[in-house]
Amino acid sequence: MELFNGGNISLKDIPVLAEKEFREEVILRCREDARLMNFFGCAEDGGDVRLIVILGLSEESLLRVFATKIPAGSPRYQSLTRELPQAQLFEREIAEQWAVTPEGHPWLKPVRYHANYRGVPDLWKDVARQTIPGSYPFYAVGGEEVHEVGVGPVHAGIIEPGHFRFQCHGEEVLHLEIQLGYQHRGIEPLMGVGKDLKRGVLLSESIAGDTSIGHSTAYCEAIESLAGCAVPLRAQALRAVTLELERLANHVGDLGALGMDAGFLPTSAYFGRMRGDYLNLLLELTGNRFGKGLCRPGGVLFDMDTAMAEDFCRKLKRYKKEFEEVSDLFFTRPSVLARFEGIGILPLKTAKDLGVVGPVARASQSEQDVRIDYSSGIWQFYHVPISLAATGDVYARALVRRQEVMRSLEFLLKLLPSLPKGDIRAPLGPLKPERLAVSLVEGWRGEIMHVGMTDGQGALSRYKIKDPSFHNWFALTHAMRNQEISDFPLCNKSFNLSYCGHDL
Amino acid sequence: MLNILMERLKQGRRTLSFPKGKPPVLPARYRGRPIVAGLKDGVDLGKITFIPDSGIQHSNDFRMAASRREDLVLKGDDAHALAHALNKKILEMFGRSLKLRQVSAGGCNACEADINVLNTPVFDLSRFGIQFVASPRHADGIVVTGPISRNMKEALLKTHEATPDPKIVIAVGACAISGGIFSESPESSKGLDTLLPVDLYIPGCPPHPLTILDGLLRLMGRLRKE
Repeated sequence: MELFNGGNISLKDIPVLAEKEFREEVILRCREDARLMNFFGCAEDGGDVRLIVILGLSEESLLRVFATKIPAGSPRYQSLTRELPQAQLFEREIAEQWAVTPEGHPWLKPVRYHANYRGVPDLWKDVARQTIPGSYPFYAVGGEEVHEVGVGPVHAGIIEPGHFRFQCHGEEVLHLEIQLGYQHRGIEPLMGVGKDLKRGVLLSESIAGDTSIGHSTAYCEAIESLAGCAVPLRAQALRAVTLELERLANHVGDLGALGMDAGFLPTSAYFGRMRGDYLNLLLELTGNRFGKGLCRPGGVLFDMDTAMAEDFCRKLKRYKKEFEEVSDLFFTRPSVLARFEGIGILPLKTAKDLGVVGPVARASQSEQDVRIDYSSGIWQFYHVPISLAATGDVYARALVRRQEVMRSLEFLLKLLPSLPKGDIRAPLGPLKPERLAVSLVEGWRGEIMHVGMTDGQGALSRYKIKDPSFHNWFALTHAMRNQEISDFPLCNKSFNLSYCGHDL
Repeated sequence: MLNILMERLKQGRRTLSFPKGKPPVLPARYRGRPIVAGLKDGVDLGKITFIPDSGIQHSNDFRMAASRREDLVLKGDDAHALAHALNKKILEMFGRSLKLRQVSAGGCNACEADINVLNTPVFDLSRFGIQFVASPRHADGIVVTGPISRNMKEALLKTHEATPDPKIVIAVGACAISGGIFSESPESSKGLDTLLPVDLYIPGCPPHPLTILDGLLRLMGRLRKE
């Protein structure tokens, strides 16, 4: 069964394949041209589990959905990961959430250390009572001259918690293993019950605070699709405006942070301050520096009059000029380039094998951008060119951000003077029963996907969230192989992934 | 070199004069301290997430930090008791500096981001002698964000334990104060003060950087003459 971004289908229309067929179909399609966008479980009657897969067919802008059934009596299936590495974390998540064993998974370990959703014994004894990493033995490299470096969960800066375990030979990192889960708040179960959509949208704004607009837009689009609500174009445009402001704030901030880690402080201070300019525009428009409170199912809560649009344009023109000057300074410093070039390379093949998304993928010349591949809403009327780089190193990831800042600014300067007229909110109405809706948003970190499912009464029965970081964390460990451990901060910053978005 | 200097000149001075002079005015849509006159049950600043569609009216006053949990509950026409300074003995011990260790415990990274912003030239936190340090052993206290997820509880308590006495504890954001929108999750706590004694509560979702800065300065007794 196929649908477009923002579409919905009846649960009855989702093909349920036998396990073997299901497995072959996923692997075959992904060998051709599809990408594994989502793979998750949901509860069936009688304790069975339905595994649903969503494949992205970017050429046709289509999403392909099909499923298989895992009986409660024999909660296991043959793992896909050996043939399809991009399935590795999805399968670990399914194992933890539904206590279903992917047999033959090469590296089965808990993701977030919580009890499963079926109320049966967990696959890992006491996983919900242990402190991370519990009794898990980290992968260790042997040898007299090999040493191990453990960092976190509490890091040196003002950042989120995670544990990083390096196996080093001298300065060289032979292997990095990342254990997350510390930020787990149990968002999916909080979201996927009943009809309280008011709480749902607030939760969506706090999946990752730096991506409040991205995730709340995805949430609203999934709910609107389930309700059959046509959102006014003006509301869609305002969501796009804020989505790009969010991208601008974060990309500019990232360039500042990269400057800090490369030891070039002038641009670090300037970019750091310029990031605030975009957050302050969000504050002016939405009353919150992260845009919390803007998106609501049916539309947006704040409008922008002509005076504000003109003022934003004036300011953005000035910010653009400043950005050009400061990034010229930044990208021409030999001391900066020496730290960026050839560091933390993620080859295109690895990026594709691991299913990497967003600017990290584009820096390895993997062409994907939801705004182009699965355009919906206002993106059908405005084209933002894709920003690619070829080298896959820290430099490429910085360069892609620079390009995307310029393109977001150009987009805003084009859209703001010609915002579509009309209402900013439409009435929502009840959700349709027994349906599944998918929404995709190109957040600043990449592809965000929300999936909402309703029961027979039109209440949410399952809500699945995927932050782009879910795909990308594993790629960071690959980019670090055979790098100097002193380059880790820089490499990590060039990915800048979300802990809370991953941990949910 | 020359273009670095040229750019430096162009950038100019960007630091806010706060806390000197007139307080900065935030945009009209900014949702600051709620207007409670006429509200029967009052408003608990530690629980609300300052959303536009809650029915609560907001002023654009960013000063909201309080020393006691009960001071966050605004009722009727009561004057809002803002945070007071630490006791004299502790202040003398800390002198003119305050070193803090930040612990993110299940937060969405918005509070963390707006604490980080205090280090930009606009707020220039270090001019007040306040610094975020890498180790709890170098700190005078901890700043906690997030609803204290079950998985972060032990790391948080260990970080607190590693901080030398006398130490202070600051809760930033609705989640850290009360669990916020996650308070009903079995993975979340009901607030930092159910685990540790809290010296300063800074409400918001997330608090504006000025709300955080104002709270820190009050704690250090830097705003007493106001």
